[in-house]
Amino acid sequence: MARVPVAILGSGNIGTDLAIKLLRSERLELTSVVGIDPDSEGLRRARELGVATSAEGIDWLLDGPAKPEIVFEATSAYAHRANAPRLEAAGIQAIDLTPAALGPFVVPVVNLGDHLDAPNVNLISCGGQATIPMVAAVSRVTTVPYAEIVASVSSASAGPGTRANIDEFTQTTARGVELAGGAQQGRAIIILNPADPPLLMRNTVFAAVDPATDRDAIAASIEAMAAEVAEYVPGYRLTAPPQFDEPRTEWDGRARVTVLLEVEGAGDFLPRHAGNLDVMTAAAAAVGERLAAARLGAAA
Amino acid sequence: MSGVRITDTTLRDGSHAMAHRFTERQVRDTVRALDDAGVPVIEVAHGDGLAGSTFNYGFSLTDELELIAAAVDEARHARVAVLLVPGVGTVEDMRRAADVGAQIVRVATHCTEADVAIQHFGAARDLGLETVGFLMLSHMAEPEALAAQARIMVDAGCQCPYVVDSAGALVLEQASDRVAALIAEVGGDAEVGYHGHSNLALGVANSVLAQRVGALQIDGSTRGLGAGAGNSPTEVLVAVFDRLGVETGVDLPAILAAAEEVVAPYIERVPAMDRSSIVLGHAGAYSSFLIHAERAADRYDVAAHEILAEVGRRGYVGGQEDMIIDIALELAGR
Repeated sequence: MARVPVAILGSGNIGTDLAIKLLRSERLELTSVVGIDPDSEGLRRARELGVATSAEGIDWLLDGPAKPEIVFEATSAYAHRANAPRLEAAGIQAIDLTPAALGPFVVPVVNLGDHLDAPNVNLISCGGQATIPMVAAVSRVTTVPYAEIVASVSSASAGPGTRANIDEFTQTTARGVELAGGAQQGRAIIILNPADPPLLMRNTVFAAVDPATDRDAIAASIEAMAAEVAEYVPGYRLTAPPQFDEPRTEWDGRARVTVLLEVEGAGDFLPRHAGNLDVMTAAAAAVGERLAAARLGAAA
Repeated sequence: MSGVRITDTTLRDGSHAMAHRFTERQVRDTVRALDDAGVPVIEVAHGDGLAGSTFNYGFSLTDELELIAAAVDEARHARVAVLLVPGVGTVEDMRRAADVGAQIVRVATHCTEADVAIQHFGAARDLGLETVGFLMLSHMAEPEALAAQARIMVDAGCQCPYVVDSAGALVLEQASDRVAALIAEVGGDAEVGYHGHSNLALGVANSVLAQRVGALQIDGSTRGLGAGAGNSPTEVLVAVFDRLGVETGVDLPAILAAAEEVVAPYIERVPAMDRSSIVLGHAGAYSSFLIHAERAADRYDVAAHEILAEVGRRGYVGGQEDMIIDIALELAGR
C-alpha cells in the first residue's frame, strides 16, 4: 500500500509515544523525528526505533530533500505558533498536539470529516479528547444547553507546560465542549491527583438535558460512541452505565446525564496510568490515519 | 502583645453548608455584622472558589460576583477576600472579582501541586491584590514537603501560605509541626496561616498551637458554618485568643452577637460532629465531600460514611466530587 510520509516535531515523551504508534501504521510512513537538542533522549530513542532524526528543528525539516506531507507538532504552543505559518507555506498539513489552538478543533470520531482539507488541525487537550466524544454523543440525540467535564489526571503525568498554564486547559477544553461537542455552553475542570501508585485518568461528563428526552436513546448513543473511541484508544471505557438524575430547580428544571469514564494508557512508551497522554497520541495517530486516507483516496 | 489576623470564611466555606444558596441579603447582613465587630478580612465566594458554580460542586443561587460586590459595598473597614482554585477558576475570574472590589485572593491547590498556582499569584500581584496561598489537605504532606510547596507559592508572589486542614484530620502537633516547618522555610519572606476544621473537634485547639509557633493569620467561620463538621468558630477563636492574651482586634460581644443574631437564624443545616464528619477527619477526606456523599447515599441507597471512608482509601483530593458517584455505584453493586 502507498504510504504518506509524515514527521514528528518535538522529541519529548509525547513525541516518542506517538512515534511508536505511527510505526505501526499501514498508511503513514514516519520519516523523521525532529528536535532541537542533540543530546535529547527522545532523539536517541527515535534512532533506536530506526527513524531518522535531526536536532536542527523545523529548518532541517523544511530544507531537507524529502519533505513530509503531514507534520505532528508535539512541541509547545509557543513553538507551534512560530512553526505553523512556515509549515503551511511549505504545503505541509499540521496536526497540532499543543494548546496553540490555531486550526479548527478536531476529535477523530466527532468532526474530523469537516476538516480533512484544513492546513492545520488542533487536538484541543487531553481532557477534551477524552470527554468531547461523550458530549457529542448526547448532543446528537438532544439539545445540550450546558455540558461540564471533570478530568482527573495523575500528578506524575501532568507536565510543566500544563502546570504553568492550567487556565489554558480549562478555557480551551470548555471551548472544545462547545465547538466540537455541540453544547451551547461548556465548562471544564481539571484536577491533579498525586496518589502513589498513580491513579488512572478519570473523566466525568455532565450534560443538562430536557427531562422528556428519550433516555434510552442517549444511553445507546453514549455506549456506541465509547466503543468507537475505544477503537483507537484501547483503554477507553465507561466505568458504569450513563446515570440520569431527575430535574432540580437549581438545574433550571433540567435533568442531568452523567458519564463516568476511565482511560488506561496503552503503555507504548508512556506509563499505563497516563491515559491522559495516551488519549492525545492515540487521537493524533487516528487523525493522521484519516488525513492520509483522504490523501491516498484523492490521489487514486 | 502578640496578635493574629482573623479571616472569617462564613460566606465562602460556609457556602458548602448552605448548599451554595446564599442570598444577597444574608451576605449584606453578615458582612455588616462582621465589619462592626472588627473582623479584618471577610471571604466571599462559592465554596469551591470563584467559578465553582457547576454540576460537580453545586450551582450558586446568586451569582457570586453580585455577592462579592454586595460585601464590598457593606464593608467599611474589612477587606474582602475571594478563593480561587486553579483548575476550576481562572485568572479571568480573579480579574472580575477584583473589578467588583475584592482586595485579597486566596489561591488554593492540593498540598503537593503548588506550581499550578504560579500564574495566578503572578497575575494577582500584577492586579495589586494581596495574596494568600492555600495548601489544601495539608495532612497529606509531611512538614518538610509541605514547606517546600509553600516556598514555591511564596516565590511566585504569595504573601501568606496557609496550612489548610481541609479534612479536619490534623491532630495537635501534626498541625503545629507543619506551621513551624512553613515558618522555618518562608518566615521573613511571608507570613504563615492556619485554616482548621472541627471534624475531630480540634479546629480551635490546632489554631492555638499554630499561633504559638508563629502563625499570624487564622481562619474561622461564625457558628462554624463550613464544610464537614464546620470550621473553627470565629467567635470561639476570638474568645480563646482573648483568654490567652493574643490580640485579634475583634470585639467579643459584637462577634458573639453576629454569630448568634445574624448568622445562626439563617443556617438550615448546622454542621455537626456526626458519624460522617468524624469519618472525614479520620479517613482524611476533603470536608466538602460531605453533602455530596449524603446526596449520593440517598440516590443510590448506600451509607454516606462508607462512601467517605472509601474516598480516603482511594486518595481522592479536593475537587474530585464526581468520584463520589462512582464509589456509590460500586457500593450499591456489592
